[in-house]
Amino acid sequence: MNVFGVTGQLVLQGIRGAGQITNFAIKGALSNLTGPFYGRAFFDALFRIGFTSLPVVGLTAIFTGAALALNIYDGSLRFNAETFLPQILGVSIVRELGPVLAALMVAGRCSSAMAAEIGTMRVTEQIDAMSTLAVDPFKYLIAPRILATVVALPLLVLIADIIGIYGGYLVAVFALDFAGPVYIQNLADFLTNDDVISGLIKAAVFGFLISVMGCFYGYHSRGGAQGVGASTRTAVVASAVAVLASNYLMTSLFVEF
Amino acid sequence: MSEDHPKIFIRDLHKSFGDNHVLRGVNLDVQEGHSLVIIGGSGSGKSVLLKCLLGLLKPDQGVIEIAGRNIARQTDGDRRYMTRRSGMLFQGSALFDGLKVWENVAFRLLYAEKKGRKAAREKAIDCLTQVGLSPEVGELSPAELSGGMQKRVSLARAIASDPEILFFDEPTTGLDPIMADIINNLIIERVRALGATAISITHDMASARKIADDVAMLYQGQIIWNGSPDELRDTNNPMVDQFVNGRAEGPIKMAVTKY
Repeated sequence: MNVFGVTGQLVLQGIRGAGQITNFAIKGALSNLTGPFYGRAFFDALFRIGFTSLPVVGLTAIFTGAALALNIYDGSLRFNAETFLPQILGVSIVRELGPVLAALMVAGRCSSAMAAEIGTMRVTEQIDAMSTLAVDPFKYLIAPRILATVVALPLLVLIADIIGIYGGYLVAVFALDFAGPVYIQNLADFLTNDDVISGLIKAAVFGFLISVMGCFYGYHSRGGAQGVGASTRTAVVASAVAVLASNYLMTSLFVEF
Repeated sequence: MSEDHPKIFIRDLHKSFGDNHVLRGVNLDVQEGHSLVIIGGSGSGKSVLLKCLLGLLKPDQGVIEIAGRNIARQTDGDRRYMTRRSGMLFQGSALFDGLKVWENVAFRLLYAEKKGRKAAREKAIDCLTQVGLSPEVGELSPAELSGGMQKRVSLARAIASDPEILFFDEPTTGLDPIMADIINNLIIERVRALGATAISITHDMASARKIADDVAMLYQGQIIWNGSPDELRDTNNPMVDQFVNGRAEGPIKMAVTKY
């Protein structure tokens, strides 16, 4: 086996794949800036991505907030800093865990659904049929999903932030004997607008990446049920990796500036 | 359009996928109002040819003139020109399963021509009636329909915008002989009613004989024979003869790869 040849081929494939995804992402973003707009498709996607993800995002947030409160309390006890629990929990949830966990949940739920739905449409010639009916599949299928995810995820993250903080509050007040009003006052005094806004900016970027991955792998599905299955799997993995990697990059930028 | 100039004029059309040269210089004319059936074995390039005509694939070389305009470069303008004039019935019907039947039929009216939902629905119900389906079917989901009904809905969708050119991809595949004949009758009736030019690809020789004014056979990416359905029966071409009579032995060796 030619190791150099195989390595070179893999690198080239990776570069080609990255280029294709970038092109797709740019086309998807631009499609939302030029008509025609399909309002019904957008609101349908917004409902499915946003509203129906609420239960899973809410559950994730409340349990994470609760577990985080216990961990922060336990850790900070070692250097007598347990009174800072509300502040540390608030910043962790709002800046980091709220956006990332909500995005990972949406990636699992919606990126896979997008890849499966669009992939099935591809292999059953529904996308070709749409083209022959003078409707651009990119504008009807891809653009509304991207816009809907970019709009829905910050809203979901805002709700996840509130529920996550509430989860921590419940543990702090009922299990760790914190005074409720003091907990809330400390949190409110400490958290800044920038903390919340940086989390929401992250959420919008995650929404864009998740929807691009789901749509890209679905749109390029080939070969029947097995191909759609492979696209779905790849979409979820690629979305999760994109969320985690971009989270690091954005955090670096926000900390820097 | 002049009397002599064909509605669809194809010259030296080539299309390859990597090393696989699928279309190798296709030449074909279809006169206005005629129904051409293209026959050929699996892997002979029929679907690729149809997709090139529909603007779904860009040919590597050649001319595709539709009503006097060469659309082979497949620019956005070419695709718009083509889609405005054509309707297509897909082999697997390709109905949008997230939409009701009437929304499928009215899809182009709703989303390309921006007609109001009420007017689009009326037109869809009218088209469903033309293909022998009751208005109640319009409220169903495509998944609730049988294969034959799905083909009818797909035909209704194809004719909904009164196209000049209709394409049929294996219109009777997967249907029982009676339903296949019903679909053939509907195709003949609707094509005549619209005065449309039609191109069908099929393996079903009974269907080909019934719906064709002209027949062409595609083999290894080239048109190797064309003539009328009557001439098809009496041809001396050994490849056409083998295909029409469905014999395993003969000069045609079937390709394994699907296109």
